[in-house]
Amino acid sequence: MVDLTSSVAAGQGARELQGPRGPKPRKVVTRANVLIYGTLIVVSLYYLLPMWVMVMTSLKGMPEIRVGNIFAPPMEITFEPWVKAWSGACTGLNCDGLSRGFWNSVRITLPSVAVSIAIASVNGYALANWRFKGADAFFTILIFGAFIPYQVMLYPMVIMLREVGLYGSLTGLVIVHTVFGMPILTLLFRNYFTSLPEELFKAARVDGAGFWRIYFRIMLPMSLPIFVVAMILQVTGIWNDFLFGVIYTKPDLYPMTVQLNNIVNSVQGVKEYNVNMAATLLTGLVPLFIYFISGKLFVRGIAAGAVKG
Amino acid sequence: MAASRPNQLFRNKSAKIAAIPMIATALVVFLGGTIWTVAHSFTSSKLLPKWDLVGLTQYERLWGTRRWLISIENLMIYGVCMLVFCFVIGFVLAALMDQKIRFENTFRAIILYPYALSFIVTGLVWQWILNPEFGLQHVIRSLGGNRPPAECEGVGLSLSCWLSGIEFDPLYNPRIAIYGILIAALWQGTGLIMVLMLAGLRGIDQEIWRASRVDGIPAWKTYLFVVIPMMRPVFVTTLVLIGAAIVKVYDLIVAQTGGGPGNATEMPAKYVYDYMFGGQNLGQGFAASTMMLLAVLIVVIPWAFMEFGRKNRG
Repeated sequence: MVDLTSSVAAGQGARELQGPRGPKPRKVVTRANVLIYGTLIVVSLYYLLPMWVMVMTSLKGMPEIRVGNIFAPPMEITFEPWVKAWSGACTGLNCDGLSRGFWNSVRITLPSVAVSIAIASVNGYALANWRFKGADAFFTILIFGAFIPYQVMLYPMVIMLREVGLYGSLTGLVIVHTVFGMPILTLLFRNYFTSLPEELFKAARVDGAGFWRIYFRIMLPMSLPIFVVAMILQVTGIWNDFLFGVIYTKPDLYPMTVQLNNIVNSVQGVKEYNVNMAATLLTGLVPLFIYFISGKLFVRGIAAGAVKG
Repeated sequence: MAASRPNQLFRNKSAKIAAIPMIATALVVFLGGTIWTVAHSFTSSKLLPKWDLVGLTQYERLWGTRRWLISIENLMIYGVCMLVFCFVIGFVLAALMDQKIRFENTFRAIILYPYALSFIVTGLVWQWILNPEFGLQHVIRSLGGNRPPAECEGVGLSLSCWLSGIEFDPLYNPRIAIYGILIAALWQGTGLIMVLMLAGLRGIDQEIWRASRVDGIPAWKTYLFVVIPMMRPVFVTTLVLIGAAIVKVYDLIVAQTGGGPGNATEMPAKYVYDYMFGGQNLGQGFAASTMMLLAVLIVVIPWAFMEFGRKNRG
């Protein structure tokens, strides 16, 4: 504790008496602070360590990896592993690298995000403003669906997609992502639309606007933030998905995560750890990029999206 | 509070049409799919599902399979450790972050970033770090000069010999492999728990802190006896979230160990996948997934009742 009287007593001119203003100054180095910051810094190092190892390993040549220490920075920086991971790493007979998986993931993620958000936002809007009989019952089932292990619904979904001829196709996977993303997104949008002032909706109704007109003219322009949150949630979620990708697509449509796993965990050939780490980093780059540009919105998204597990 | 108007069948036509995807998903996929799988777990389906009821045979076989029993045991170890460590680490970190510290956003960004990464990426990084030949074990042994065992024979206490002989190869030692998975899972998931706990701590009235300070109660006592009991709803929600995620763990195993060495890191979700899509033994897959469903329901239903009950009262 720093007491004020001492500083007043020490002050002898008018200048010092006017002296320090504002809140009481606090000592910076205290035992509690050392403990708090010390712990947080040690913990942060632990969390940063794998990222450091990934980057360092991906910039080394194989000879250096064999003799060296995984934590040490490279003596000679080489970008060859990155080039090979992107365009030359092999999965089975294909040796065109992760680029194929990357573009597959793009082709999967974009339509899945768009379709799932479009459908879920309309659902949420209908649940919030146009309640009809039975709506709550369907919604409850939907929310329960978020907790049910996917494993129970995997095979019925295979059968349904096969019946309509979409099993193994991109469209099929988009449908799967839309269906399994629906609970959490619908919840997100319903809660947001419920929080908007109801008077707006009523005024539009009085003026004769219908379901779609109110949605496009009033609700959409007002809910940009929640759309951004939903997009963050879906882009990271779908990009990181492995299970659906491996079940509902064929090898030439495999998303990046599946291809990455096939490259790294393949049993044939000599293990090239630097290429593996470059490939791993490449796969993590998209969600990391989204994470670092979205900041607080990401936190908001996961607080809601944590249900997805 | 939402617009309630006379319920005519055609008045809300657009809304009903718009809700068709939701209704279809809820009824056909979630409800229908679940019932279909549970029902088919009582059949003798092999390569293709067929309606040939055999009672509980699949379950008897399931609980007689060594791999399933190992999976369950692993899930128990992993689940209990995950719950305890997630709660303790998540809460302690959140409490530290709540001390009006500087650079809070930086610390949070660092602790939370693994959560943005997929389980595949997480598993592969930790597979590399825990690689005994090049990874952590190698680094520690190098500190001791990497002396061969023969050189150390008969030598009494020697730091370099101790370091050179240290064993840390969780992914290659069946007895501790599951803890290798746990390290990776904690790295990926604790950030989320910290964020949830921090939100809970921020929701606590500052007056409580002031009051306890006036009464001269030490901070740790305030946390233990006042703050933690007040955060019960946050804890319960977190518990349900971690619980549901634990039961589903799959990608991480596939990436990090592939279930090995031997069967040491098998998990129920992987059992389901392997039997349904790899082993051409659908009946086993259905029975195993029904057991997973049961496990989740045991956690979720009491919670749903509590949540629902609270809303009704409040």
